[in-house]
Amino acid sequence: MKAALELRAPFVLLVVAGLALLPVYTAASGDQFVLTLFTRIVILAVAATSLNLILGYGGMVSFGHAAYLGIGAYAVGILAEEGVGSGFVQWPFALALSALFALIVGALSLRTRGVYFIMITLAFAQMVYYVAAGLDRYGGDDGLTIYSRSRFAGLIDLASPTQFYYLCLALLLASIAFTWRLINSRFGMVIRASRSNDRRMRAIGFPTFRYRLAAFVIAGMWCGLAGALLANHTDFVSPAMMYWTRSGDLIVMVVFGGMGSLFGPLFGAISLLVLEEGLSRVTEYWPIILGPLLLLIVLFARGGIDGLLGRIRRG
Amino acid sequence: MADANLLELEQIETFYGLSQVLFGISLSIGRGEMVTLMGRNGMGKTTTVRSVLGLTRARAGSIRFEGQEIRALDAYRVAKLGVGLVPEGRQIFPNLTARENLVATAANRAGAAEPWTLDRVFRLFPRLAERGASMGTQLSGGEQQMLAIGRALMTNPKLLILDEATEGLAPLLRAEIWRCLAGLKAAGLAILLIDKNVEALTRIADRHYIIEKGQVVWTGTSPQLAAASDVQQRYLSI
Amino acid sequence: MLLLLEQCLNGLQFGLLLFLLAAGLTLVFGIMDLVNLAHGSLYMMGAYFAASFSAWTGDFFAGALLALGATLLLGIVLEMVALRPLYGRDHLDHVLGTFGLILFFNELVRLVWGPAGLSLPLPPALNAAVEIFGIYYPVYRLLIILVALLVALFLYLVVMKTRLGMLIRAGASNREMVGALGVDIKLLFTLVFGLGAALAGLAGLMQAPILTVQIGMGENILILAFVVIVIGGIGSIRGAFVAAVFVGLVDTLGRAFLPDLLRLVLSVTAASTVARSLSSMLIYLLMAIVLALRPQGLFPVAGR
Repeated sequence: MKAALELRAPFVLLVVAGLALLPVYTAASGDQFVLTLFTRIVILAVAATSLNLILGYGGMVSFGHAAYLGIGAYAVGILAEEGVGSGFVQWPFALALSALFALIVGALSLRTRGVYFIMITLAFAQMVYYVAAGLDRYGGDDGLTIYSRSRFAGLIDLASPTQFYYLCLALLLASIAFTWRLINSRFGMVIRASRSNDRRMRAIGFPTFRYRLAAFVIAGMWCGLAGALLANHTDFVSPAMMYWTRSGDLIVMVVFGGMGSLFGPLFGAISLLVLEEGLSRVTEYWPIILGPLLLLIVLFARGGIDGLLGRIRRG
Repeated sequence: MADANLLELEQIETFYGLSQVLFGISLSIGRGEMVTLMGRNGMGKTTTVRSVLGLTRARAGSIRFEGQEIRALDAYRVAKLGVGLVPEGRQIFPNLTARENLVATAANRAGAAEPWTLDRVFRLFPRLAERGASMGTQLSGGEQQMLAIGRALMTNPKLLILDEATEGLAPLLRAEIWRCLAGLKAAGLAILLIDKNVEALTRIADRHYIIEKGQVVWTGTSPQLAAASDVQQRYLSI
Repeated sequence: MLLLLEQCLNGLQFGLLLFLLAAGLTLVFGIMDLVNLAHGSLYMMGAYFAASFSAWTGDFFAGALLALGATLLLGIVLEMVALRPLYGRDHLDHVLGTFGLILFFNELVRLVWGPAGLSLPLPPALNAAVEIFGIYYPVYRLLIILVALLVALFLYLVVMKTRLGMLIRAGASNREMVGALGVDIKLLFTLVFGLGAALAGLAGLMQAPILTVQIGMGENILILAFVVIVIGGIGSIRGAFVAAVFVGLVDTLGRAFLPDLLRLVLSVTAASTVARSLSSMLIYLLMAIVLALRPQGLFPVAGR
């Protein structure tokens, strides 16, 4: 049951090509804003891709995924504040911290299902939020400014918007490729199968809990990486990054784009942020449109963009 | 004559999702008749009942109750028209007392002259009167079955549908329930019965339908069924 | 000792307010199997309505009454228009759909009332303190406790002693069967939702004079309400009551006394940092413990 990479190919190629050529457009037109916007989109797409692994493929509705964005970001921010500016130290630390937190949360919550799972992941994310808000030394509620981006011994200059953008894009494509490999492996098969029939999988002899926990940790770790990227992008970290509504945004991206599809999270991230941008130019009260729109999409276009693409192709 | 029939199903087709379960079921029940639906497990008997109630809407065909088309109606509307359900597995409300189970959904919509009241149900099932204050979960299997029947009677139905009402009960209790049903029939209530005990059913019921793989494969009166041992052997033995 | 008493009363008051919110939430989740994140928005609307109506009529109580009615109406409209299509769907769909509603309501409030918060001043009669058990305690907070307890009693009577209550309880364990026995489930749902909305609105309007009325006030307390119903057992009002009071006490007492307790073992600065985070986290830790030990909650509803 190989994931159908080829079905959406033309559309995907177009999007990826567009993303790759974006800095060229920016250089030509001088419109820095678009590059900034799409850097953010790409970073959040990495986060959404990590969530897709457990939510889209695994059916684990984690409402606390933004916590990893925060943890990764704060790892970078705190180390930067303490004088450790090397990305070679910061980023692995971000990954490790995220993985650890995911391990703890996963071990405790994966024993539950349904709405209990949603609530407990939400609660853990809120805990992290409150911890961050209580860190006076690192800005507390107001957040912490990062004065210089992660340094990589001259290999790459993150202060350059173009270089940073390409790094993010490369990491996004790597995330998607990694997801693809993972989903099509035996590990991935177990994850997808235990989404609908956990009991049967266990009866066959798979220790599904271990697999799901592993997936949960991988997803958390990867999102921590996105957090590290985000910290560098905004030069700023604050508890608001992991407020539960941000977790909601990530879920929206995954569902918008099409759950359990490789490029869905990217489509979702692009759609949501572009939509927000666009709507905010129409009216400053744009969530008033986005909110009901979200409800309508849930009701009528549940398969997301990927689902729509499938329908167009078949029709 | 369609008007004489209380309930009439014509070529009902019902699906669960994409898989078809009923392939054109037709049957009828007249006023005051006791009719049975028999067949092995998984043949479509419960699905037929669910289609009548509108719990699992039939996709094609016609269901008429007292001449009125009810196939597309919500379950509560069908029940309000006078169909009382005693479901498979009894499904009494576990967090209500026995008395509350009877009273919660009680009604007398047709304005019957001598309606089923709590007293009358307790007289029919004295054991329930004793256990009135017990929570649903505290009742035994037999008591729960009586409660489920009483609950349906309290809605004063014109047609009572019972799905496997004697399953898992001791023989004495089973006999008591069949006796009770015979009494209800004698009082004029139309009954649709899903059950397995051919011998008992041929004694108390008027007509029978045998369903196999979502279709009616045989129908006839009690004497006819009692005589047709080959039919019994073919469709009803395990 | 007196401080402990005062904080206990505060905890009780907060807990009872949480109960009002949680009761509605658990009713809706228990009967209709609907995860409604927008419940907090109804709480917020109750507060905003109260502030506006009080200013408009010049009378606190008239404003409160009107706000209650308005929130009830809003809840019913919301249920019929936006939520009915969600019944029977995956919980994830509920979460996403009602999340969209939160965005909508927050923005609607910003549009109509502006981004700055509102305040709801108390009439002089309520703005006093009375002496009980040796301490001076605000009259208004006592009123909240009284009203909430009365509402709890009212809910108890309705749910346990009336036909409607029987149907609500029956619906919590077997919705389909209730419909099959002739009860219009859609109407029952609308009524239950309306009741829940009124409770949320009541909590919002009662809380309004104490906290500022502001955008997003619903989300913070919504999570607490969910924690309460998870601890108490989904679908159980009794569970919601016990859990809400418990959570209210733990949260209030924790915030009040944790810094001092920690100062015994940590330095002053460390203690206050840790205390602030820890006291916010306390409730979630509690929920995690309950979920680990008794995942169905303290008073689970049979048949779910």
